[in-house]
Amino acid sequence: MRIYSLLLCLLLAPLAQAEVFEKTLSNGLKVIVKEDHRAPTVVQQIWYRAGSMDEKTGTTGVAHLLEHMMFKGTKSVPAGEFSRRIAAAGGRENAFTSYDYTAYFQQLHKSQLPLAMQLEADRSHNLVISKQEFAKEIQVVMEERRWRTDDDAHSLMEERLMATAYQEHPYHNPVIGWMNDLQNMTAADAQDWYKSWYAPNNATLVIAGDVDAKQVFALAQKYYGKIPAANPVLRKSSGESPQLGIKRIVVKAPAELPYFIMAYQAPTLRDVENDWQPYALSVLAGVLNGNESARLNKALVREQQIAISVGAGYDSTSRGPSMFMLDGTPATGKTVAELEAAIRAQLQAVVKEGVSEEELKRVRAQVTAAEVYKLDSVFYQAMQIGQMESIGMSYHDLPKMLKKLQAVTAQQVQDVAREILQDDHLTVAVLDPQPLDKNKQAKGGAAHAH
Amino acid sequence: MRTKLISMVALCCASFSAFATPQIQHWQSASGAQVYFVEDHDLPMLDVAVNFAAGNAYDEADKIGVAGLTHGLLDAGSTGLSEDDIARKMADIGAQLGGSFDADRAAVSLRTLSSAAERDAALDILARVLQQPLFPEAVLQRNKASMIAGLKEAETKPEHLSGKAFGKAVFGAHPYGWQTEVSDVEKIQRADLENFYRRHYSAKAAVVALMGDVTRQQAEAIAQQLTANLPQGGASVLLPLVNSKIVASEQRIAHPASQSHILLGAPGVARNDPDYFPLYVGNYVLGGGGFVSRLMEEVREKRGMAYSVYSYFMPMQQPGAFQIGLQTKKEQADEALKLVRETLATFVAKGVTEKELIAAKQNIIGGFPLRIDSNRKILDYLSVIGFYQMPLTYLDDFTVQVEKVTTQQIRDAYQCRIDPNAMATVIVGAPEVK
Repeated sequence: MRIYSLLLCLLLAPLAQAEVFEKTLSNGLKVIVKEDHRAPTVVQQIWYRAGSMDEKTGTTGVAHLLEHMMFKGTKSVPAGEFSRRIAAAGGRENAFTSYDYTAYFQQLHKSQLPLAMQLEADRSHNLVISKQEFAKEIQVVMEERRWRTDDDAHSLMEERLMATAYQEHPYHNPVIGWMNDLQNMTAADAQDWYKSWYAPNNATLVIAGDVDAKQVFALAQKYYGKIPAANPVLRKSSGESPQLGIKRIVVKAPAELPYFIMAYQAPTLRDVENDWQPYALSVLAGVLNGNESARLNKALVREQQIAISVGAGYDSTSRGPSMFMLDGTPATGKTVAELEAAIRAQLQAVVKEGVSEEELKRVRAQVTAAEVYKLDSVFYQAMQIGQMESIGMSYHDLPKMLKKLQAVTAQQVQDVAREILQDDHLTVAVLDPQPLDKNKQAKGGAAHAH
Repeated sequence: MRTKLISMVALCCASFSAFATPQIQHWQSASGAQVYFVEDHDLPMLDVAVNFAAGNAYDEADKIGVAGLTHGLLDAGSTGLSEDDIARKMADIGAQLGGSFDADRAAVSLRTLSSAAERDAALDILARVLQQPLFPEAVLQRNKASMIAGLKEAETKPEHLSGKAFGKAVFGAHPYGWQTEVSDVEKIQRADLENFYRRHYSAKAAVVALMGDVTRQQAEAIAQQLTANLPQGGASVLLPLVNSKIVASEQRIAHPASQSHILLGAPGVARNDPDYFPLYVGNYVLGGGGFVSRLMEEVREKRGMAYSVYSYFMPMQQPGAFQIGLQTKKEQADEALKLVRETLATFVAKGVTEKELIAAKQNIIGGFPLRIDSNRKILDYLSVIGFYQMPLTYLDDFTVQVEKVTTQQIRDAYQCRIDPNAMATVIVGAPEVK
């Protein structure tokens, strides 16, 4: 579960859109078929436009909890039977929840697509949420939270960073939910969530692989066509007031090395034709971090040896706001403060001197090649379509975005760095490593924020 | 994809009466390297991997860590190319240089567009990286420092602590159980890397895998270009035998994490072992089959005690580990461990039911096309088939081998290999002993 940032890759559009077909059923379910006949396999993905950002105070984590409950049986398919039938058909399956959406998938031999569609359609409106199954599964989710977040210093720090950077927007809350909310969650919360969001008119079905689009549309009509549309839930928009100055936090957790993140509030792509900053920020991330000899690694890891590792990332596409992020681990004997100064110097160099045509060309070459490499994964191509549709954009936007990305100028990169990389929009998080044995003193100095 | 049709004897999966496996071409290059190639022009790209028996099990006892640093520094500079040149020139043409490294195998891989200009430029760099590495002193010092920092960090992580203790408990003094320590890294010298390279990266030992948009003639030239100037000689080094019987052990290691990280297991099976398929199919039922295994059913589905619980065999040159793992909150770690032990004991004593065996075969055989549905996956199979000298028909035979497995074979294989009373057990973040 959980997909945080896809960086540049979501901007990479298909070489040819010709083999993508779409149809909307009368109940509002949008069906998109991507034909790819290289291997006799198929993937089904159903994307619900409901993620953790749609949750309410007190029930954070319910989107993800419901994702788990979707494997716990329907009126006609007992608990565990969904997975057993997919497994017996040679299939692989799973699901994931993000801030923006929840998605379920199966990969199988193409002959087994009808089975997968039948089962997926069934649980999309016949789910049974029993108190017994809920009571066990909420324990599983709490174990998942301990494993992914509570016992992982970097994850814990990222969670606290998001909660600090976003004060109003629901990206404030972790996808997996706060532990207190999980402890107090009830089967009724899960039931409410399911009733609110799981409807054909709030979903996109993506089928990709060795299939015939016409046959897939007929199957979709057969299995999903009779599910009634639901009255759409009034979706209130969430925002984030402008940040009024730099924020800094320290997170103490068991570790040896400090860790450091800078996150600048940044725009999200909304108007594919007229926005320019999101494209320029994507290219900036590539110039700073697109390969081992890109600016940050070359200067900070290889030349100055201030960092063991350093990175930059930006995801232009999401339902909510975005951030331009930098992170790193200082080298032995270097402090977080020295690392921060070194990263800032690199950012200032872009603001003052801009980037070279050669660097832009390199980013473009990588983007172009990645477009080809992407074709080796049918699953990924389906993901891209599902994500675009689920965040309120369209897969038709992908080629336009690619063109705009390739047209970014050096001046735009410099301009966007100057406009976005400002302290007033910045949140800084520092991991202050604690010894495993609490009786020993923490190492002084190295990790303290200033 | 260029393929040939294979008829399949699949009693339980009538719907997959025939499917295609990639047509593997194999030859020995003039350099002595073994080459495995699948020609496929669907996508304008080429994947290459060059494999050597140069994983960390080939380290010398007093020079642990050399194998890893040698592999890590291959792209740190070559004749006429600095480490920045290598990364920058690859990026300029959108090519991706990669690698993989485990106890047996060190590999360097390349993904490039197959258009002549990009392909030739990428292969030229790869050829120099493989055949003329400089192991620059400055990069070595930098990498040693970062490796030492990484090791110290890892010492605070439950996954690392449990894996390390488990490896030692299962493999004893065998190289599969060796762990790189800070003191090992500190003493590594540049000459150690050069010596290791000369000894283990020889043309004769190289296994070249090629997948994608080139002709046989081009593939022959590429394989030769990538290996002709590798070190000569370098007789193959045999790994010592793994002692397959161990005595029961249990280590409880303190850690402040909220969960206990539990591992248990023993030496398992080698790649070429005739019992591999019974063990593999049986493990699908025990803990390999995603959401439907016995361990998953007992620990997660029935009791909600863990998010992840699994078992696997890691087939290696020598028997790799059989391993069961899970994480659960500290307070219930002992209860969960007891449950896992009981599940394993019952499994070994009674084996699998006919119904479970059919379900396992349905999944493994029915899901076979998913194993070879991309160039990347096929490239990985080419490397494994070549490296472990498996038959060229391995992919064709796979489903047949699975289909042949019986409940009796599974019970016999587990009873012969896995003694539930002789498991190495590690609990990191263990609850206080009562």
